[in-house]
Amino acid sequence: MVAASSTDTAFPRAGGAVTSILRKPSVIPGFGLTLGFTLTYLSILVLLPLGALIAKAGGLGWSGFWNAVLTPRVWAAFEVSFGLSLVAAAVNAVFGFIVAWVLVRYSFPGKRLVDALVDLPFALPTAVAGIALSALYAPNGWVGKPLNELFGLKVAFTPVGIAIALTFIGLPFVVRTVQPILEDLPPEEEEAAVSLGATRGQTFRRVVFPAVLPALVTGFALSFARGVGEYGSVIFIAGNMPGLTEILPLLIVIKLEQYDYAGAAAVGTAMLLVSFVMLLVLNLLQTWMRSRHAR
Amino acid sequence: MPANRSGVALSDPAWMRWLLIGTALAFLALFLLLPLVAVFAEALRRGFGAYWAALVEEDAVAAIKLTLIVAAIAVPANLVFGVAASWCVAKFDFRGKNLLITLIDLPFSVSPVISGLIYVLLFGLNGLMGPFLKAQGIQIIFAVPGLVLATIFVTFPFVARELIPLMQEQGSEEEEAALVLGASGWQTFWRVTLPNIKWGLLYGVLLCNARAMGEFGAVSVVSGHVRGYTNTMPLHVEILYNEYNFVAAFAVASVLAMLALVTLVAKTVLEWRFGAELAATRHK
Repeated sequence: MVAASSTDTAFPRAGGAVTSILRKPSVIPGFGLTLGFTLTYLSILVLLPLGALIAKAGGLGWSGFWNAVLTPRVWAAFEVSFGLSLVAAAVNAVFGFIVAWVLVRYSFPGKRLVDALVDLPFALPTAVAGIALSALYAPNGWVGKPLNELFGLKVAFTPVGIAIALTFIGLPFVVRTVQPILEDLPPEEEEAAVSLGATRGQTFRRVVFPAVLPALVTGFALSFARGVGEYGSVIFIAGNMPGLTEILPLLIVIKLEQYDYAGAAAVGTAMLLVSFVMLLVLNLLQTWMRSRHAR
Repeated sequence: MPANRSGVALSDPAWMRWLLIGTALAFLALFLLLPLVAVFAEALRRGFGAYWAALVEEDAVAAIKLTLIVAAIAVPANLVFGVAASWCVAKFDFRGKNLLITLIDLPFSVSPVISGLIYVLLFGLNGLMGPFLKAQGIQIIFAVPGLVLATIFVTFPFVARELIPLMQEQGSEEEEAALVLGASGWQTFWRVTLPNIKWGLLYGVLLCNARAMGEFGAVSVVSGHVRGYTNTMPLHVEILYNEYNFVAAFAVASVLAMLALVTLVAKTVLEWRFGAELAATRHK
């Protein structure tokens, strides 16, 4: 069927195709087939289930929704999830920038290996990361024991442990958004600054940093968004004390286990809404910075 | 003044170079390398015998099999979808194209737990379609179909987001030439398009597969944790860990960690050998 229609249309349109290549002429077959399949697959597997979530939360009504979301326990989980994701994203912004800088600007033995290792959190299943971090930072673990004995700092089963797990999971987002921008930075601008008498610090502050800042903010936002939704790597190290170290995704799981489907849907919907609003704000901030830098 | 990047003017003083390299390496060693080493150290704590026994134990074998089955359905499904979606996005101009691309990426910004929750709300016993499915005798939640659906959702964008920029960059001239010379649509796809995108496709499938086999949050919500029946490897790790059976938990985890390492090596090799043939949005 496809063969017949394409040979039918190929010759009459061949002449036009040459003149209108930019318009992507319809010599290419399969538009209906691929678009139809894409929309069907997307609707059944993504849009319909997400619609079910909104419908379930909407079924509570306005006051029912707020009653489900505005309990002290849910509120505390919001603070834990969003607050600690911000902390982790900030840590990643600083150290992710240093890692990207070192990988782009300097050469040292094993650099290629280090570069590949940065993607480990993308590849390592979150449950594996979770039990590994939990074992490391437990009171008798490799890192947890010295921290506890030397500084009296408890990491596992405290908010610090959650922040560490979220830092692990978010690091590649910052490195992989900043790295290509640093690579593409034209050296001429820095050379011009230096030859005009700027110091290294001034060159970095006025030339390099403004150019990289939008990418850094994007990486920060991605790392933050990932942290808010993260489950597997956190629950083992968190301790999961309601009000203290209980994250939002865990609260959804607990509500499901208690067959409180509407409550789970309400918390899930609220979480999606807050994440989208925060990402929107960060996007606007980024656009604003880009236009300022361009001027 | 030298014009290249390694020029004197732009090279940082040695003390600063080594301070920054040291900071970066120490951070990566602490946060990335140490957890990886810990997995294998904990798995081998009681020797190789105990390690091996934990892997050939009945429930562990069932979990490994189930993980392979789920990935064997979810990955090809998303592969076909990814190719179809990138074909229609890259080869044609139509209204709402940007919205479609955004919607394809949507599952990446949804928490894994919510990814499982939405299927429970749709297909679970108290869900929208629950009564209908029960009447038909079909079980999706707390069964293998639910695991497959949740896995498809969380790995949904991997192949498409790799192929869309690649096919957009390559354009349609070669396909047009083939069609003008009389090739059919399918012939054009198999002989012209597929050879052009094969490395990008493999790259997307690689990442998709790693996530499919390692997914935890989404499948945890829909699985019901029935030992030997609906437990994938990551879920089996959790059960063993919560039973304080640490050696067995880390033994199964080490298999998943090896999968991650193989994925990283294959990904690096692809970037290194075929960097130019992967999507232009990827650096290097």
